[in-house]
Amino acid sequence: MVNMIIDGKNISAPKDTMLLEAIRGAGISVPTLCAHEAVSRSGSCRLCVVEIKKGNRSRIVTSCLYGVEEGLVVDTKSDRVLNVRRLVMELLLARCPESDVLQKMALEMGAKPQSRFVADTDKGKCILCRSCVRVCEEVVGVSAIGLFARGSQKTVGPPFHEQSDVCIGCGACVYVCPTGHIEMISTGEKRKIWGRRFKMQPCDKCGKYFAPVDQLKFISKKTGVPFKELSVCTECR
Amino acid sequence: MSKVSDIKLKTKQIVKKHKGDKSALIAVLQDIQEAFNYLPKEALITVGAAMGIPTSRVYEVATFYNAFSLNPRGEHIVKICVGTACHVRGASAILDKFERTLLIKPGETNQDQKFSLELVNCVGACALGPVVVIDTEYHGQMTMAKVDKIIGKLKEGAQ
Repeated sequence: MVNMIIDGKNISAPKDTMLLEAIRGAGISVPTLCAHEAVSRSGSCRLCVVEIKKGNRSRIVTSCLYGVEEGLVVDTKSDRVLNVRRLVMELLLARCPESDVLQKMALEMGAKPQSRFVADTDKGKCILCRSCVRVCEEVVGVSAIGLFARGSQKTVGPPFHEQSDVCIGCGACVYVCPTGHIEMISTGEKRKIWGRRFKMQPCDKCGKYFAPVDQLKFISKKTGVPFKELSVCTECR
Repeated sequence: MSKVSDIKLKTKQIVKKHKGDKSALIAVLQDIQEAFNYLPKEALITVGAAMGIPTSRVYEVATFYNAFSLNPRGEHIVKICVGTACHVRGASAILDKFERTLLIKPGETNQDQKFSLELVNCVGACALGPVVVIDTEYHGQMTMAKVDKIIGKLKEGAQ
């Protein structure tokens, strides 16, 4: 165990964990967007910033990527932290003015849209956190999507911005997206995601459409379980 | 050289040359660009399949670097430096001259696929400003008169 002082309280946390877990474990809330249990950490939303003190020096770090250290003094609500966090929020708001998730978070931390940051109109709700790309690579294992170009041109999507032939339509990217940028329309027998239509598989027993055929084929190929067994929905199994 | 099967074949040869090493992706893409003058879509897909890298990752790398072009470029690539030193010495006038002579804007290729115009922010030869790099040749202290001369020479040479 590692002992630290977080917001004036003595907290101990298991070795090799991140500061964010230690802080949350102590019952202190820290706003985050990109930290999701399903994907590896990237520190891209930068809302989880905290101030750490070692000796006479203090600095701002992203708590989701900073490992716990013996004797660390952490401040999660200092003026400096709140200032940095507000600025990050203002920039996120300027990128995605439409996002209700961001608006709600901004309201909680008292951040308002700033006129000096010109609001984008073409970015949708995407904050470029790469969570969807990560889940597609790390969890699903197909890497159907990526972040293309760079700087202000950077966008998320399938390569060449065309229908991906490796996508299995599982919707994991929709699930991890913190702001709800990715659009998935499911209408019974069809599902549309990333511009491609998927045929849904009806359950052999109850007849309910429950998963894309391509996803079940992918699972069958990966696990060796016959397709017939997979075509029964989880509720009927 | 533009048929799909040709592109695939050549791409596979290039991947083989680099022994399919995943970390050599950028080098592979550079070689492909050298062979075709740009990165054809078929080549990117072939690279991914041959090297075991998802197409989305290959496309990420190809779109990240300005040195890679996803559209066919002209035989000669004219890079005009518009960095601070060249700007001060009148790069914008030189750019204007090239635009009017070649009838294209930066990032475009002219109709007969002879010339592409690109902007760069410094080529590390500030003392020669304003600098224009055509293919691999550096042309320093550019003037309006020199532009006509160089383009005339290249047009002759291309014929």
